[in-house]
Amino acid sequence: MSIRRFALAALASALIGSHALAADTLLNVSYDPTRELYLEFNDAFNKHWQAQGHEPIKVQQSHGGSGKQARAVIDGLRADVVTLALAGDIDELHRLGKLIPEDWQTRLPDASTPYTSTIVFLVRKGNPKGIKDWDDLVKPGVEVITPNPKTSGGARWNFLAAWAYAQQKFGDEQQAQAFVEKLYKNVPVLDTGARGSTVTFVNNGIGDVLLAWENEAFLALKEQGGDDFEIIAPSLSILAEPPVAVVDKNVERKGTRALAEAYLNYLYSEEGQRIAAKNFYRPRNASVAAEFRDQFPALKLVTIDGDFGGWKTAQPKFFNDGGIFDQIYQTQ
Amino acid sequence: MSRSTSVIPGFGLTLGYTLVYLSLLVLIPLGALFLKTTELSWAQFIAIVSAPRVLAALKLSFGTAFVAAVLNGIIGTLLAWVLVRYRFPGRKIIEAMIDLPFALPTAVAGIALTALYAPNGPIGQFATDLGFKIAYSPLGITLALTFVTLPFVVRTIQPVLADIPREVEEAAACLGARPLQVVRHVLLPALLPAWLTGFALAFARGVGEYGSVIFIAGNMPMKTEILPLLIMVKLDQYDYAGATAIGVLMLVVSFVLLLLINLLQRRIAHS
Repeated sequence: MSIRRFALAALASALIGSHALAADTLLNVSYDPTRELYLEFNDAFNKHWQAQGHEPIKVQQSHGGSGKQARAVIDGLRADVVTLALAGDIDELHRLGKLIPEDWQTRLPDASTPYTSTIVFLVRKGNPKGIKDWDDLVKPGVEVITPNPKTSGGARWNFLAAWAYAQQKFGDEQQAQAFVEKLYKNVPVLDTGARGSTVTFVNNGIGDVLLAWENEAFLALKEQGGDDFEIIAPSLSILAEPPVAVVDKNVERKGTRALAEAYLNYLYSEEGQRIAAKNFYRPRNASVAAEFRDQFPALKLVTIDGDFGGWKTAQPKFFNDGGIFDQIYQTQ
Repeated sequence: MSRSTSVIPGFGLTLGYTLVYLSLLVLIPLGALFLKTTELSWAQFIAIVSAPRVLAALKLSFGTAFVAAVLNGIIGTLLAWVLVRYRFPGRKIIEAMIDLPFALPTAVAGIALTALYAPNGPIGQFATDLGFKIAYSPLGITLALTFVTLPFVVRTIQPVLADIPREVEEAAACLGARPLQVVRHVLLPALLPAWLTGFALAFARGVGEYGSVIFIAGNMPMKTEILPLLIMVKLDQYDYAGATAIGVLMLVVSFVLLLLINLLQRRIAHS
């Protein structure tokens, strides 16, 4: 009898509790390496939100591969906001899920990308293979670690950065393709995600150079105390733009639109920008960027919209079935 | 009919429950899988499942799962034999350890195996010295599958072996059978149906395995890509129909193979 009463009480409190929480929780569905960033940001936002006279809120975070996270939201995960690795993944929320309008990327400043990153090289301490730029990655005997662009958003930025370099060097698509093909001949393992590649390189000791998001490379340095690795900035790389969006259909249903919009807007505030920079993402805000100038080397950066015609063009051309990535493996 | 042969009533109830349960858990999801592929025309379906990469992955997935099942068929039988027929210190511990691959998240197994057998790993470096790779090759995939499917053969053979009294072997020996003859004519015929069941379970599980393999495989197109990875690749392109097409292909091939094993089993049981 007492057990039954206890169970009923537990059930009732769970129901009431979850109901009470429903109004002031926010679900942020993100990709893998932003875990640390949003842990810090959520606290800061909560303080800011309460300072404006609101009740404290609870932000739930969900992390995983960018494409998988987008699919989860399309399939019914009630995300209030998505903060993913590629605009292409958020586009699918419109195309497949009809959850957001087509012009979602114009709703926030800087194409809805509050912070950016880029692709750099992580090499072993002392740089034993003398790797300085993309040309060194196609030399025989150099092992390059990068995830599979078919399954990893980050790997697509890697691929396009290499492509942009070759395109600029040779000025010709065919030679660019030959260059990238040579680079991928030096890849011994294609992990399914960016974190997997980092583990392969850092923990399993495979390979001479890891193509990594700049923030991931800094994180690896931070965790290892910088004793085993160094970061090499190539002469040219790509501006990696992980965008954010409010998921309209979900916030309408849950009545959280004002909260969700305030949350994303706060990413653009000085404090939000500083937290991003502290977590090794490049801030958009000029004055915060100036503060962290020493942390981020100045690089020549191409952009996905300026040099590849946006994800809507780049994704099918390079990464869909039969695209250039498939072609370079078909000829091997 | 058969319902009158049982002394316990409730055939209608239990059958009804079974059908509902099976429908919810198996038939409806599988039906949805087939339904989704009907979005594709036959030509599209054939084009997807006959692409060189899919065929290479098909060969790899079924090949490594088969080798792993055969390996477990041998090792698993030995393990079951030792555990049933002998009493020795630490037997209970080994007994418990056999089920560990079931309990362990397969990704954890995959990461641990990769760290051990990678070219720079504590075991893998010996293979490197000898001039071959374990991790990032089909060998590594087979290793992961062998690990994950180990309990199947052991657990199906154990009870059958325990049911064969030791006296039968002793009787055969008294009648002049040499040890190998005892194995061939007394033990094997009794064990074979259970062995085939264990083999089939291990094989089927190995074909669909994703978590443990994905870290150790290396995932190189045409070389070390398994079929479940190609399904993930299609899903990451939001190509749901293409992904289900590969799923259906796997299901059909697995079903045909399991059916063949079943027929073989029945023939052995009858002869």
